[in-house]
Amino acid sequence: MSLLRTNDLIAGYGDFQALFGISLSIDEGEAVAIIGSNGAGKTTLLRTVSGLLRPRNPTDIEFDGSAIGSLEPEQIVARGIAMVPEGRRPFPSLNVEDNLRMGGYCRRTGPWTLQRVYRLFPMLAERRFAQSQTLSGGQQQMLAIGRALMTNPRLLLCDELSLGLAPIVIRDIYAAMPDIRAEGTTVLIVEQDINRALETSNRVYCVQKGKITLEGRPGDLTREQIKLAYFGI
Amino acid sequence: MYWINTIIQGALVGGLYALFATGLSLMFGVMRIINIAHGDFIVMSAYLAVVVVGLLGVDPLVSLAVVVPVMFGIGYALQRGLLNFTLGDDILRPLLVTFGLSVVIQNGLLELFSADSRRLQLPWLETASVRIGDQLAIGLMPATVFVVAVVVIAALELLLYWTDLGRAFRATADDSDTARLYGVNNRYIYAMATAIALSVMSIAGVLFGIRTIFDPTIGPARLLYAFEVVIIGGLGSLWGTLVGGVILGVAQALGAAFDPSWDTLAGHLVFLFVLLVRPHGLIPKTVGL
Amino acid sequence: MSDIPSYRIERSTGTSRLGFAILLVALVALLSLPGWAGRAEMRLLIEISYYLALAQVWNLLAGYAGLVSVGQQAYVGLGCYVFLAATAFLNVPPLPALLLTGFAVTMIAVPVAFVAFRLRGAHFAIGTWVIAEVLRLIFTLIRPFGQGTGMSLPISVVRAISENRTARELILYYFSVGLGVGSVVLVFFWLRSRQGLALAAVRDSEAAAGSIGINQQRTKLAVYLIAALIAGLVGALVILEKLRITPAAAFSVTDWSADVIFIVVIGGIGSIEGPIIGTLVFFVLRALLADYGAWYLITLGTIAIVVMLKAPRGLWGLIGEGHNVHLFPVQRRVRFDANRQPIRALGK
Repeated sequence: MSLLRTNDLIAGYGDFQALFGISLSIDEGEAVAIIGSNGAGKTTLLRTVSGLLRPRNPTDIEFDGSAIGSLEPEQIVARGIAMVPEGRRPFPSLNVEDNLRMGGYCRRTGPWTLQRVYRLFPMLAERRFAQSQTLSGGQQQMLAIGRALMTNPRLLLCDELSLGLAPIVIRDIYAAMPDIRAEGTTVLIVEQDINRALETSNRVYCVQKGKITLEGRPGDLTREQIKLAYFGI
Repeated sequence: MYWINTIIQGALVGGLYALFATGLSLMFGVMRIINIAHGDFIVMSAYLAVVVVGLLGVDPLVSLAVVVPVMFGIGYALQRGLLNFTLGDDILRPLLVTFGLSVVIQNGLLELFSADSRRLQLPWLETASVRIGDQLAIGLMPATVFVVAVVVIAALELLLYWTDLGRAFRATADDSDTARLYGVNNRYIYAMATAIALSVMSIAGVLFGIRTIFDPTIGPARLLYAFEVVIIGGLGSLWGTLVGGVILGVAQALGAAFDPSWDTLAGHLVFLFVLLVRPHGLIPKTVGL
Repeated sequence: MSDIPSYRIERSTGTSRLGFAILLVALVALLSLPGWAGRAEMRLLIEISYYLALAQVWNLLAGYAGLVSVGQQAYVGLGCYVFLAATAFLNVPPLPALLLTGFAVTMIAVPVAFVAFRLRGAHFAIGTWVIAEVLRLIFTLIRPFGQGTGMSLPISVVRAISENRTARELILYYFSVGLGVGSVVLVFFWLRSRQGLALAAVRDSEAAAGSIGINQQRTKLAVYLIAALIAGLVGALVILEKLRITPAAAFSVTDWSADVIFIVVIGGIGSIEGPIIGTLVFFVLRALLADYGAWYLITLGTIAIVVMLKAPRGLWGLIGEGHNVHLFPVQRRVRFDANRQPIRALGK
């Protein structure tokens, strides 16, 4: 049984429909990437899974066998889905440690404690009492990931980790992925950086204009196929 | 010496004003609501104390043991049952709903208690004073109120910075959607914020009722003072409200020294001056609480 | 192919023409009232008229410009006292004094706006309230105006309006009705003008409005000044009617803000019809509950709360908007002649 499954998922913002029937599934322990250009619907998909958006049919999203479409975000994180939001979104008036502790607010138990997160990202430990806004983009991204890990999720949703970051920084961030997966966390990565996505994942979905246009293992897909699915040309 | 006495008296009153303002600051910080009925809840607490004192025959200070929990509950119910439904982009809704609430409370109190002025009696504290040196006398009541204000603000700061609930308040104030992603139930957090705000206001209300005579209609004036303190002291800073309270208290005291009926006006003028010069108050914080 | 078909801007609807007819009848009744009703009815209609005027401009402020003011009483009070000063101290004849009052109050509103506009939203609301309180306190303390006990309009001024009491009452009546009806007309034409379209744009989205060059500060200032002007004229009429005023009454937040706010909220924010309905409902409620003291206000407050929660567009919103009814056609529809289909509605 899949950990996460969506059946013909339809969602949008008021009158504006963004997802036109997305069906995907993710098994426990996998690392799945979703690629697509701007406005394809990737972030909408994550927001719908995490509960910030309501799908048209609540039964279209299943986590661990139960429908979660009508749940509030705070209930969904309690079930074990955590999101690293697009743009990081650290809490500006909280310092680094307080931001991480917010991850622990939902009181799920597991391997991710403050100390464990600091071991993963030693830089955060060095700046534990710094105001989160004073961190660089890459450091804020690590903070956002650490905060999400503190919820001890079974499924980690990562929205555009590489957005606005230099290649070296992106490399450092993705270097943490193996550790995260080693603790048993399933990972769903949304990325515009195709290479990163292909390198990091077991399987890839490509989304264009709210529909899935390609699915497969990175090794099995050709450049041409991906370009076609991504851009639609 | 007369002037030093005046300034000290004013500064101590500032403690009470800071208590008025703290509740307003908390509600605005977490929910961006300005509760127009703010002052009326303060007066309601004083009347509640009157009832408790009448029923149980206790000291007004002891009545706090009943008044504070009751106002905590009222605050929680108010937010959960009414104000949570006014939140959103439209500022008119919470503003006008709390405006209606203000009118309802004032007139409700009028019906229940009549327009007669009242006062909570605490003879031994009201008139006691401490002499410092030859010429300086500090009233024990104002000093107590100031100390209470400092203790309450310190306790709130502790709550905000050292507890999970406080962190949740600050996170929700910053970004309520992202806070939900980490397990924060907004409706509950807002209700707790209002509950705590009303608890602080109830302490202020009882102390106020001991200090001054009150009637159902004086709520709005307390709202204006609380608002002025928040603006003078800086939006989003609890210690700032203490500073703001002191400044307002001193301004009023100096105004009164000039001419007794000038106290409120002097306070208003200082507020307008700060507004002109520093629209973000004196101790501004960038975001959140 | 990109020919733009010829189009015209259409405003009125079938219902609005019917509405106009009804209003015309009401207007005739109002103007002829002194002929068939008594002095009590005239006094009531004077009061209704100035509440209508205050409601129309408060609606313009809050419903269209996003400026929720709890400080309009500042200008009503100033209107009273400026008129008093002009006639009693400067011996200006009544009619010029009225014009002077309007002008002076509007001028005073400019620096006040400068201070008040530093605040936004709920802060602006309370800031305007504080400013009104400052004025109330100043007039309570200044000696020439009788301080707290107030001041009367000198008999000489009263006589200058007319020696005959009936004539005075008629003059006051027509001025008040003129102000009330005039406010409705003023708001109607303002909203139909380019200024009004700018206002609707600002109300809908300040950022978008700014990006197409609408100066929202100027638009808001203009609305604020109009509101001050009308409130000032109301103040002058109040002292003409009551003949004696105290600072507490002149600057009363209950009379000139709370009641007006209830009128607009219950009647319906954001439409011209709303304040008209609200004023009527308010006076009916007042008449019905007059004997019940505090319960009257408790009821009013509760109705306002319920309306804001359940029907934010007020009574008019419940009746009218559901069926796209507009008595006052301020919306604009672009009608393409080719196929007679309305394409979109702009502003409202």
